[in-house]
Amino acid sequence: MKGETLLRVEHLTMRFGGLVAVNDLSFTAKAGDITALIGPNGAGKTTVFNCITGFYKPSEGRVALAHGGEAAFAVIEEATAKGARSLKVEDGAIHLLERMPDYLVTQHARVARTFQNIRLFSGMTVLENLLVAQHNPLMLASGYSVLGILGLSSYTTRQKEAVELAKDWLERIGLTDRADDPAGDLPYGAQRRLEIARAMCTKPVLLCLDEPAAGLNPRESLELNTLLREIRDRDATSLLLIEHDMTVVMEISDHVVVLDYGVKIADGSPEQVKNDPKVIGAYLGVEDEEVAAVEAEVEGRA
Amino acid sequence: MAVLSQSTAAGAKTGVPDRLVSALKDAGFATLVMLGLCVPLVTLRTDSEEGGQLILVPRLGLTAALCLAVFFARLGYLTVWGKQARAARQPTSRKEAIKTVATPRYSLMTIGLPLALGFALAYPLLVTLINGGLSEARYWIDLGILVLTYVMLGWGLNIVVGLAGLLDLGYVAFYAIGAYSYAILSTTFHISFWLCLPIAGILAATWGVLLGFPVLRLRGDYLAIVTLAFGEIIRLVLINWVPVTNGGAGIASIPRASFFGLPFNDDDNGFAAFFGLEFSPMHRIVFLFYLILALATLTSLVTTRLRRLPVGRAWEALREDEIACRSLGINTTTTKLTAFATGALFGGLAGSFFAVRQGFVSPESFNFLESAIILAIVVLGGMGSQVGVVIAAVVMIAGPEMLRNLGFLKAIFGENFDPSEYRLLIFGLAMVVMMIWRPRGLVSTREPTVFLKERKSISSDLVKEGHG
Repeated sequence: MKGETLLRVEHLTMRFGGLVAVNDLSFTAKAGDITALIGPNGAGKTTVFNCITGFYKPSEGRVALAHGGEAAFAVIEEATAKGARSLKVEDGAIHLLERMPDYLVTQHARVARTFQNIRLFSGMTVLENLLVAQHNPLMLASGYSVLGILGLSSYTTRQKEAVELAKDWLERIGLTDRADDPAGDLPYGAQRRLEIARAMCTKPVLLCLDEPAAGLNPRESLELNTLLREIRDRDATSLLLIEHDMTVVMEISDHVVVLDYGVKIADGSPEQVKNDPKVIGAYLGVEDEEVAAVEAEVEGRA
Repeated sequence: MAVLSQSTAAGAKTGVPDRLVSALKDAGFATLVMLGLCVPLVTLRTDSEEGGQLILVPRLGLTAALCLAVFFARLGYLTVWGKQARAARQPTSRKEAIKTVATPRYSLMTIGLPLALGFALAYPLLVTLINGGLSEARYWIDLGILVLTYVMLGWGLNIVVGLAGLLDLGYVAFYAIGAYSYAILSTTFHISFWLCLPIAGILAATWGVLLGFPVLRLRGDYLAIVTLAFGEIIRLVLINWVPVTNGGAGIASIPRASFFGLPFNDDDNGFAAFFGLEFSPMHRIVFLFYLILALATLTSLVTTRLRRLPVGRAWEALREDEIACRSLGINTTTTKLTAFATGALFGGLAGSFFAVRQGFVSPESFNFLESAIILAIVVLGGMGSQVGVVIAAVVMIAGPEMLRNLGFLKAIFGENFDPSEYRLLIFGLAMVVMMIWRPRGLVSTREPTVFLKERKSISSDLVKEGHG
C-alpha cells in the first residue's frame, strides 16, 4: 500500500471565462506520503484543491483516487468509458473525483479538506464540531433519524463511539480542556488544529490542507509538523498540502509539486525542487532577455 | 451621543461623585434641549375664542412637567441603568474574551420545564376556578388554545429559521395546506380527524419538499422572496380553485373532532353520556385545549430530540457554514429539504387542528400577516430557542388580547378610548425596544447539544444567523 500511487491528476484544466487558472496539470500523490503543492500567489493551487475535492468541476481532465492499492487504477479507462463515478474492484475501488459532487468526495472517496480561511462552526462547541464531521456514519446509526427519535440504544452506542473518537482527537491536538467551549472562542492556532482534527474525523484516506501553517507562530508551526507526520504515520492517511511556509514544506514533505501560472514547473523531492532554477525563478523572478531589454531602453532614454 | 460617551468615559476613570456631577450636567443639558423643543411645540397653544378669534394659551405647567421628566429620566439612565449600558458599550477585545456563560439557566430549565408543563396542564382548571365556572372560563381557554397554536407554529418554523438558518416568509402556506387537507378530506371523504391529522402532516411535509427543491440554491433575501411568493401562491390557489376549495367562501361545517370516536354531543353515545357527566359544550373546548397542548408538546419533544441527532447538528452546522458542511460529506440538499419538510409537517398538523377547531376555513385566515406573526415569534423569542418561542408567543398573542381588558383606562382617557386600537402601535414599540436591547431575541444564547464535562451556553455573538 505504502509507496503506491493514491491520487492521479491527469491533464487537469480549469477555466474561468477567459482565464485559465490551471492548465493541463498532471501529477500523482503516493499513499503514505506528504505531497506539497507550492507556487507563488495566484498560481492556481487552491483551484487545484477545489477541483480535487469537488468544489469546482474541472473544465477538462481526470482526477482519480484508488482505494486499496494502485491495482485499482487498472480499471480507470473502463470507469471513464462507463461514465461511472466509482468502480469497485477486488478489495478496492476507483473513484473519479471530477464527476462527484463535493460531499460525495468526502463521503465515498474519503478525501477530506481544510480551508485557507478557517471554516469552523464557530457557534458550536469544539466537541460538536468533531461530531458534525462524523455525520454520515451517525446518520446511518440513527436510521436516518427515524430510529434516533425513538431513542434506540444502537444509536446511543454509536454516538458514544463517536464521542470517543472526538476525545482521541482532542487529546492529540491538546484541546481536551476546551471541548465544551465554542469553536469561535479558540485562539487562532487552536482553530487551525481543530479544523484538521475535524477533517480527520471523517476518516479520510487523503487529507487536503490549504495553508495549514498560515498565521502560526514558529512554535505552533513546529507542533503542526509533528501532527502532520503523526497523521501520515499513525492514521495511514496521506496528505496533500498547499503551503507558503517553506520551512514546513521542506521539512515534512516527501514530494513537492510546483505550480506557476497554472502550469507545473517542477515535480520531485524537496531537495530537487529547492535547487531547480525554474522554481527559484518563479519565486524570486529572473533576469530574462525581455527584462534586460526593457531596462536597456529605459536607461537609453535617460 | 457624543456627550453621553464622554461623560460615561470620564465616569469610568474617576470616582462616584465625579460621575454624579457629569450625570447631572448631562441631564441638565438634555433638559435644555427639551425646553428648546417645548417652546415652539408645547408651551403655547392656539385656541379659538368664542368670537372665533385666535388666542394663545400658555401651558407653562406642562412644559415644566415635561422638562422635569426628561431631567430625571436622563439622570436615572446615567446613574442607575448606566452601568450596564456602559459595560455593554465598552469595547471588549472580542478575540480573547471567553464568550461562554456558565449557565444558571440550565438548572432553571430543569425546574422551569415541569413547572411550565404543569401550569399548562392545570390551566383549564385554574381559569375555571378563578372565573367560577367552566362556561365563564371559555374566553380564557380559547385564548390558551390560540396561544398554544402559535407556540406550535413557532416551534415548527423554528426548525427552518432558527436551526437551519433558512429564512421562510411563507410558512403560513403549510398551515393552510394542513387546514384545507383536513377540511377537504373530512367533508368530501368523511375521513375521521385522527386519520386526517397524519395525512395532513404528510401532505404539508411533501409540499415543504416541493418548495425546498427550487429554493435550494437561493440564499438570504432571494430565499425570503421566493418563500413569500410561495405563501401567496398557495393562498391564491385556495381562492381561485373553486371546485375543490370553494374559493373565497371557504369550507364550512367541517366535522368536529371526537374523543377517540365519542362525539361531543348530548346523545346517548356521546362523550358526556359515556362518562356519566352532564352535557356541556365546554367539554369539546377543554378537549381541544389538551389536544393542541399534546400536539405542541410533540413538536417540542421531536425538535429537541432531532437537535441531538446528526440531522439536527447538520441543520445547525448548515446555519453556521454551508461550505464546511459540504467538505465534511454532508449532503446539504437533503439536509435543507429535511428541515423544510419537518417544519412544514408541524405547520400542517397545526393547520389541521385549526380547521377542526374553527369548523370553517377560508383563504382569509392564511394571509401574509400570519407568516409575519409566526416569524416575529421565532425572531423575538430568539432563533433556535424553544423557551423563547413560548414567551414570545404568549406576549405577542395574549398581549394584544389583554388590551381588551384595560377598560378602566376609559376613566382616564374618556369614553371613546379603545385600548385595542393601540395594538399595532404597542407592537411596533415592542419591536423597536427589542431591537435595541435584545437584538438576537429574548433567549439569544445557544445550548450545546452534547458536552464532555460541563454544559455551557454559547453567546449569540458567536452563533451565526444563517444566510439563507
